[in-house]
Amino acid sequence: MHFSSLRALAIVVFSAIVCALAVPNLLAPATYDALPSAFKRKMVLGLDLQGGSHLLLQVDADFIRKEKGENLRDDVRRVLREAKIGYTNLALQGLTVSVRVREEKDVQEAVRKLRELSQPLSGVFSGANVQDLEITENGGLIRLTITNAGIIQRVGQSVEQSIEIVRKRVDELGTVEPSIQRQGLDRILVQVPGLDNPKRLIDLIGQTAKLTFRMVDLTVSAQQAQTNPSPDSEVLPSNEGQSYVIEKRVVVAGEDLIDAQPGNDQRNGEWVVNFRFNSAGARRFANATRDNVGRPFAIVLDNKVISAPTIREPILGGQGQISGSFTAQSANDLAILLRAGALPAPLTVIEERTVGAGLGEDSIAAGIKAAWIGAIFVIVFMFVTYGLFGLFANIAVAVNVGMILGILSLLGATLTLPGIAGIVLTVGIAVDSNVLIYERIREEVRAGRSALSALNAGFDRALATILDSNLTTFIAAVVLFYVGTGPVRGFAVTFGIGILTTLFTAFTFTRLLVALWYHWWRPKTLPI
Amino acid sequence: MRIPLLRLVPDETKIDFVQFRRISFPLSAILSLLAVFAFYHYGLNLGIDFKGGTIIEVQSKTPKLDIPAMRTTLEKLELGEVQLQQFGDNEVLIRVAQQPGGDAAQQAVVTKVRAALGDSVEYRRVEVVGPRVSAELLGYGIIGLGLAIIGILIYLWFRFEWQFALGAMIANVHDIVLTIGFMAITQIDFDLTSVAALLTILGYSLNDTVVIYDRIRELLRKYKRLPMKELLNEGVNQTLSRSVITHITVTLALIALLVWGGRAIHGFAAVMTFGVVLVGTYTSVFIAAPMLMYLGVGAHRERGATPENTPARVTP
Repeated sequence: MHFSSLRALAIVVFSAIVCALAVPNLLAPATYDALPSAFKRKMVLGLDLQGGSHLLLQVDADFIRKEKGENLRDDVRRVLREAKIGYTNLALQGLTVSVRVREEKDVQEAVRKLRELSQPLSGVFSGANVQDLEITENGGLIRLTITNAGIIQRVGQSVEQSIEIVRKRVDELGTVEPSIQRQGLDRILVQVPGLDNPKRLIDLIGQTAKLTFRMVDLTVSAQQAQTNPSPDSEVLPSNEGQSYVIEKRVVVAGEDLIDAQPGNDQRNGEWVVNFRFNSAGARRFANATRDNVGRPFAIVLDNKVISAPTIREPILGGQGQISGSFTAQSANDLAILLRAGALPAPLTVIEERTVGAGLGEDSIAAGIKAAWIGAIFVIVFMFVTYGLFGLFANIAVAVNVGMILGILSLLGATLTLPGIAGIVLTVGIAVDSNVLIYERIREEVRAGRSALSALNAGFDRALATILDSNLTTFIAAVVLFYVGTGPVRGFAVTFGIGILTTLFTAFTFTRLLVALWYHWWRPKTLPI
Repeated sequence: MRIPLLRLVPDETKIDFVQFRRISFPLSAILSLLAVFAFYHYGLNLGIDFKGGTIIEVQSKTPKLDIPAMRTTLEKLELGEVQLQQFGDNEVLIRVAQQPGGDAAQQAVVTKVRAALGDSVEYRRVEVVGPRVSAELLGYGIIGLGLAIIGILIYLWFRFEWQFALGAMIANVHDIVLTIGFMAITQIDFDLTSVAALLTILGYSLNDTVVIYDRIRELLRKYKRLPMKELLNEGVNQTLSRSVITHITVTLALIALLVWGGRAIHGFAAVMTFGVVLVGTYTSVFIAAPMLMYLGVGAHRERGATPENTPARVTP
């Protein structure tokens, strides 16, 4: 029961500092904003408490496989044409492109040229010589297969690009502090606080928004093109249900847009989207419209024709407008999508969890109420059972909770409703360490020890038990942290931190309180 | 001034807990079998996390909610199985089973329901879990339980002899089995929070067992010739007061959560209360400690090496 003054001071100061870390949570927003940035750390309320939307998105890997296969086939065709090598039977099956070279003398040359298509993979695969293509040749039949590593890399790149684009789109909604993170290989987690109806968000995120300007092919009708497809054009529907034959060759694409804004058409007041091309796009658009006056061109968004106006005069300024029976909101949303750019592959929402602000407020109120009532129950019970020592235990538990909140604030951790439950349970379990100590002291007193000796023996012997029993619980909390998601993880965090602070307070704080009391009063018997 | 302090357990108890195993072991065996039966017969009521699908919690803007009318409206949408569960006067939880057609089809449910119910209600909570995610979450849950059991086993093995680790594990798998049986019988939603509750029960119940084992280990070192049965009884009796007091504090905290914690954690609190309050402590006292009789703990103790043969209460 001896603490040097320095050690006693260190324990008190340390505990006080950790508890003080929780103070920023109590400040009014204005005061909090005025804090120096080093102190601007506080708990974040989970979406289940403040309301908001949690969306888990997955990049469409099938789309990427298909696209990569088609690109490879087109590349093979281009390479062989440029090298003037005759070929037959160019075909794509899954991730493999096969092609037969006509003349045997050209085979080696073809393989050499096609090998140039293969790219070494960088990043995680560096070191080993991993390529994104596997090329084999057998009797003039060349097979090019996209490797799994190649697909994984492409999916990873798509996720990274998509995150940037999703962030731009979400930012346009003007919500506070959205969080957009990569999760696993092919997923993106979007968390937007304070959003009651995420439909618009889902609509905004769920669109690929691939915009192209292409010429309409008037030489064939839609029916003819459908029954007799040409490699250079495709039939696409419009929003009104009509079908157009559209050339596959892209005149200008969404990447060449530098701005898009909603506006009103000066003639009829309809909602339109005004856009501007960069200089390269403007030049190509000018050339195409100059050469095709009188023909219609199509504005295609995600394989749907938004509008197909006829070119009346060359459009030279690189500016234009898209009309197509928009409302104020749909024009605005299209402008947002066009400014943010197209997703490299479609995203699917595979999990949505939205909590309304009203439910969040109710949950906080219920959680806080339960926490107070639980704490009062425990405090009264401990006092009735152990008297003065119960009071020490209660002070230690209060410090314990303060420290949990302080550490959560320091980590900027997310407080969820299960997290509050974790704190309440910690209160129940934290007193256990005190119970273990006090019961041991009672036993030692019964065994005939003097007050000081019983205190010393009680603390020393109980601590091994406290360590063992809490560490087993801590293992469960750590596992829960790794397997849990969302609010459940919040429980693991507060429960785990609670176990650590419990160990700390049991080993230092309770003991210090008892020691101070003992040295002050020097009692002959213990009131326990 | 001395206020008399509450003593729930008298100072010196001599209850023959180990003898009680003649009742507690068969009882636990029967209960475990019942739990396994309930698990296979009723099955767990898998919640949205593990089964996928949609839940929408709405609150009527009028004081009273017309449930039959709402049911009719929703049935017209032809979404397959739709369950309505009412809370209070004007709140209802709508559950829609997983739709065929993959992840995108699930999103359409929310749009349809919102269109059908319109603005007459406030949407308090919407959760949509697609088939891919639900399968993964179930996997994580099972892996998590397994990992926790193995991790704790290894820790106990390091800190105690292997017999203790095994005894603790048998006792606590028993807790998990009974709790799962409880969930099967009550048909409480089994979701991620239930896994959290199971893991917490596991941790808490072990905590309790470890305290008793710690004491038994201490007694083993001290009384080298005391018969095992008396030694185990001594260990349980010496820690009995602590078991009871701690039990009460945790129960108080859980009751607060159960009654005032709000509906979102009600299931969690109910499962925890069953596992911790009804099962956890019973297991430590009546199963985990007597179990050591059969696991050969202390078999290698020296005979006649110490003067003490009968336990005085803790001696210095």
